[in-house]
Amino acid sequence: MSQKFVSRGFTGKRERAGGQGARVPPGQHLVSDFPVLSAGPTPRTDLARWTFTIDGLVTAPVSWSWADFQHLPVQDFVKDISCVTKWTKLDTRWRGVSVDTLFEHVELDPRAVALIASCDGGYTTNLLLSDALNGQAFVAYEYDGKPLAPEHGGPARLVVPHLYFWKSAKWVRGLRLVNKDAPGFWESLGYHIRGDPWKEQRYTDD
Amino acid sequence: MRRPLEWQIATVKAIAQETAQVKTITLVLPGWTAHRAGQHYDVRLTAADGYQAQRSYSIASPPERPGEVDLTVERIPDGEVSPYLHDVLVVGDAVEVRGPVGGYFVWEASSGGPLLLVAGGSGVVPLMAMLRHRAAAGAKVPARLLYSSRTLEDVIYRQELEALASRDGLEVFHTLTRGQPKGWTGYARRIDQPMLAEVSGPLGTAALAFICGPTALVETTASALVQLGLAQERVRTERFGPTGT
Amino acid sequence: MNDNDVVRDLTLDGNAVAGLLEEVFGADMTTADGECAHCGSANAVGALRAYTRAPGVVLRCPACGGVIARIVQTPRGTLVDLRGAAHLAMRR
Ligand SMILES: Cc1cc2nc3c(=O)[nH]c(=O)nc-3n(C[C@H](O)[C@H](O)[C@H](O)COP(=O)(O)OP(=O)(O)OC[C@H]3O[C@@H](n4cnc5c(N)ncnc54)[C@H](O)[C@@H]3O)c2cc1C
Ligand SMILES: [Zn+2]
Repeated sequence: MSQKFVSRGFTGKRERAGGQGARVPPGQHLVSDFPVLSAGPTPRTDLARWTFTIDGLVTAPVSWSWADFQHLPVQDFVKDISCVTKWTKLDTRWRGVSVDTLFEHVELDPRAVALIASCDGGYTTNLLLSDALNGQAFVAYEYDGKPLAPEHGGPARLVVPHLYFWKSAKWVRGLRLVNKDAPGFWESLGYHIRGDPWKEQRYTDD
Repeated sequence: MRRPLEWQIATVKAIAQETAQVKTITLVLPGWTAHRAGQHYDVRLTAADGYQAQRSYSIASPPERPGEVDLTVERIPDGEVSPYLHDVLVVGDAVEVRGPVGGYFVWEASSGGPLLLVAGGSGVVPLMAMLRHRAAAGAKVPARLLYSSRTLEDVIYRQELEALASRDGLEVFHTLTRGQPKGWTGYARRIDQPMLAEVSGPLGTAALAFICGPTALVETTASALVQLGLAQERVRTERFGPTGT
Repeated sequence: MNDNDVVRDLTLDGNAVAGLLEEVFGADMTTADGECAHCGSANAVGALRAYTRAPGVVLRCPACGGVIARIVQTPRGTLVDLRGAAHLAMRR
């Protein structure tokens, strides 16, 4: 149709990758701000009632209050993040608890192969355990030295920097271990079940 | 039957400065179809490498002007599309658009009234199309516009609104939220329920309301009007999205 | 109300996605009446809340916030999820 139309002089609000090109996955462009993506209103959860739960295929479910969660060993990490809407942001600074640390508190059923993250506001996303363990995934509650802002997923969000950012579920409240990798909110409507930006796994069948 | 909705290449016929931050762009459309006042076009920009950005812009002109439409665009300093439309686009350029779309936020002379219009900033654009259509169609439906701007200099279509208001049955009320000239007798605060009660009161609770502008203004106004007794389904809203202010 | 709620400012009305809906359904859907499958409230599609700055477009019920429709466009086609709509009534 109008595939070949070009708007004279339009380049878009994008940054040049410069010397950082090797860090930008295919089809992505750099941004310096931190765009807010939203599929619904921002939930506001009272920290006094906030809990984080691991259940499903575990011997005994475990749940932390906000205060208990703050006592778990934390890690600082600096990662590049890539959103499927095509922006990449380099060197984002986070503080949070690794999924490995959380899993030290439960005994996984050998049938567990994947997890579903559930969130305030009803969002869900799925992860293979092989993408969640070994320092690859965190529940973060500080960004850039400050408490994580509500529009960016505060009080706490999942951060899985090696996959497209929709996997890094905002307002995360729990992980459920399951025996089958079943699609979450976006994965069930055309988005890739895994979402590796380096393989450009944007949509189902990519 | 209307044609299927397709992207078409419009040509910029004229660009007029409305205020320091606002321009009106006149587009000539090869596939023009008469719109209904309040509808919008989608504008899509494409970079040489295929990157695209798409936004919606309300039609400012009345449907009584065939072959072309006016879009009135406020420049959002750190935005992506509006700075392009302001700083790069010149007469003769081609712009990809589709429309007119959006039958929900529409007023036609046959829709009746009384008509209550509430605008913030560039939110006046689709309401202006309604007022221009009202005048062009010779409709006598009583109408009131409450229009919130930062300063007098930021009021879009000021002279034309004055001219329209001197005719049958239209009254225009301004509120200036960031600064008022000496001797200003209009409102000087953000739109609130007492202001809405004063402006809408004479129209009664049977009024048909159209509210357009920044989300905060739209939400405050819509809930206040429902509290003042207007029926929910006669209170129509059009949120313009982030304005960076 | 919080004046710095970025997400509230990103919220639009269903009418704002009229172009996409017309592309998908072949007609103006904004005046179609929809019933929310979550809470039963009835609203014109144009009066729903629309979230567009996301991997897809999400339409939510203004009364209960439940998801009424999701639309994703991929290079290979368009996917529509209407599970949250008990029904849609289009007038001629
Ligand atoms: C139905 C409809 C009709 C409209 N009609 C008109 C009209 O007649 N005239 C008019 O001037 N405008 C109109 N608008 C608004 C218009 O569509 C654009 O939203 C506006 O021009 C800004 O676009 P932009 O690309 O310049 O800015 P954007 O790039 O969209 O940015 C706008 C502001 O939001 C911030 N922002 C953007 N995205 C994010 C994000 N993800 N997270 C955090 N902050 C973000 C930016 O930093 C900036 O401050 C209409 C909107 C709708 C929905
Ligand atoms: Zn509902």
